[in-house]
Amino acid sequence: MKEEKILQTIFKLLRRIAPEADPSGLAPDENIRRALDIDSFDALNFFIQLHEELGVTIPEADYGQLNTLAELTRYLASRVA
Amino acid sequence: MAEFLMPSLGSDMKEGTLLEWRVKPGDRVKRRDVIAVVDTDKAAIEVEVFEEGIVEALLVQPGEKVPVGTVLAVIRTEAVEISTGEAAAGRLPGAPPAEAVPPLPPGAEAAPAPRVFRAPSAPPSTPGERVRASPYARRLAAEHSIDLGLLHGTGPEGTVRAADVQLAMAVTAEAPAPEAPVKGPPHGEATEPVAPAAPTRERPAGRDQAAAMRRAIAAAMARSKREIPHYYLQTKIDMSRTLRWLEAENLKRSIKERLLPVVPLIRAVAMALQEVPELNGYWIDDRHEVREAINIGFAISLRQGGLIVPAILGADLMSVDELMEALRDLITRTRAGGLRGSELTEATISVTSLGDLGVETVFGVIYPPQVALVGFGRITEQPWAENGMLAVRPVLSATLSADHRATDGRRGAQFLDALNRHLQEPSKL
Repeated sequence: MKEEKILQTIFKLLRRIAPEADPSGLAPDENIRRALDIDSFDALNFFIQLHEELGVTIPEADYGQLNTLAELTRYLASRVA
Repeated sequence: MAEFLMPSLGSDMKEGTLLEWRVKPGDRVKRRDVIAVVDTDKAAIEVEVFEEGIVEALLVQPGEKVPVGTVLAVIRTEAVEISTGEAAAGRLPGAPPAEAVPPLPPGAEAAPAPRVFRAPSAPPSTPGERVRASPYARRLAAEHSIDLGLLHGTGPEGTVRAADVQLAMAVTAEAPAPEAPVKGPPHGEATEPVAPAAPTRERPAGRDQAAAMRRAIAAAMARSKREIPHYYLQTKIDMSRTLRWLEAENLKRSIKERLLPVVPLIRAVAMALQEVPELNGYWIDDRHEVREAINIGFAISLRQGGLIVPAILGADLMSVDELMEALRDLITRTRAGGLRGSELTEATISVTSLGDLGVETVFGVIYPPQVALVGFGRITEQPWAENGMLAVRPVLSATLSADHRATDGRRGAQFLDALNRHLQEPSKL
């Protein structure tokens, strides 16, 4: 349930950044930035918006391990209140 | 009286389409006010005025495509007051007659007189009002003569998106509401009502835009390779100090204020240019013009393809936080609309960073009439020998493409050396 809400939030934010793409077609272990052509500026905005939507602050040091939907949902699910 | 001309917003821009007036006759304007939005082959650009005074007359209507140098408006400057009758009557003597407009390529006909799409209960737009819209939305609206001010924007902060314009196109094409008024240009003479024209489905505007963008890039880059004798220098920079500093700085900051790694790089470029000013400027008419203001053009790619290189004006006067803010603002406006003419024309050097992808080294093409371009690749861990010791360090490949007419390799080498030095002392950035 929590994972589903997180996933929908991720999709919503990705659609905002890449309106022409369909993030729900991403495989769980696909590299999101590469698949949707997201640069470092949009990636930073994505993390800012995740913070605003879910209240989770992601330290910069963790950016590197958050490349796929599976990694993101697992990471966020363990931190969302 | 001063004439407000269709500006040249790129070295190869020949004509532009007036998309929108932000002022009406009688409005007072001051230097650097944005008074119009002009569509170039690359984007919708906000154009500033450089005179103080009162708008006397608007001579070109939204949707008209005119050559660079065409008088778009007349500004009554404070010093000279003249009778308003002549100007308000229409085109002034001296303004190019309509026949002077060169024939447009097939399929790129100038839009008809504006047709207004009125959404129920939408407030009427006023010419001075600022409408936030994406560049593609502006272009679509101009091509189909839809008034952006009457659309409900569904993008961030009410920004009108292409989808909103397409919705309006679909609605007007399907059922032109009988009460939908058809009005002429806001401040011109009355025009005949124009029958609603169906959007041209066989010629998607998106493809035209992409093609125009490619042509604009092609013209500038072909000119660069034709005219500029490039020389290329590369240096490898140990980034461990800068990255450690950046990490510590970002730990102090909220997520919204974090610095991107490219920010200290831009700051270091600005500082290095203060030491080697010859790379900051232009080559025009067989002469090297060194510029005092350091306006760093930053290459920003667009999702729909192509790129725009708007300038961070006065980059040398900004702290890293101010640079990050300026960069954020510039990238957002490049992608969502709202770049200013000065940002497209006043860059004195360009920086391109392809480090997001796996690229190690950039061999850049100079944007004329500039005389240098700095390229950054990806920071990668590499074996690094120093003082007889071997270590693994994060290493950045920095390159300089420079115009050999303006400078020689030694100046270029001094620049890269200075760049490296500044990145070894990040606390002074």
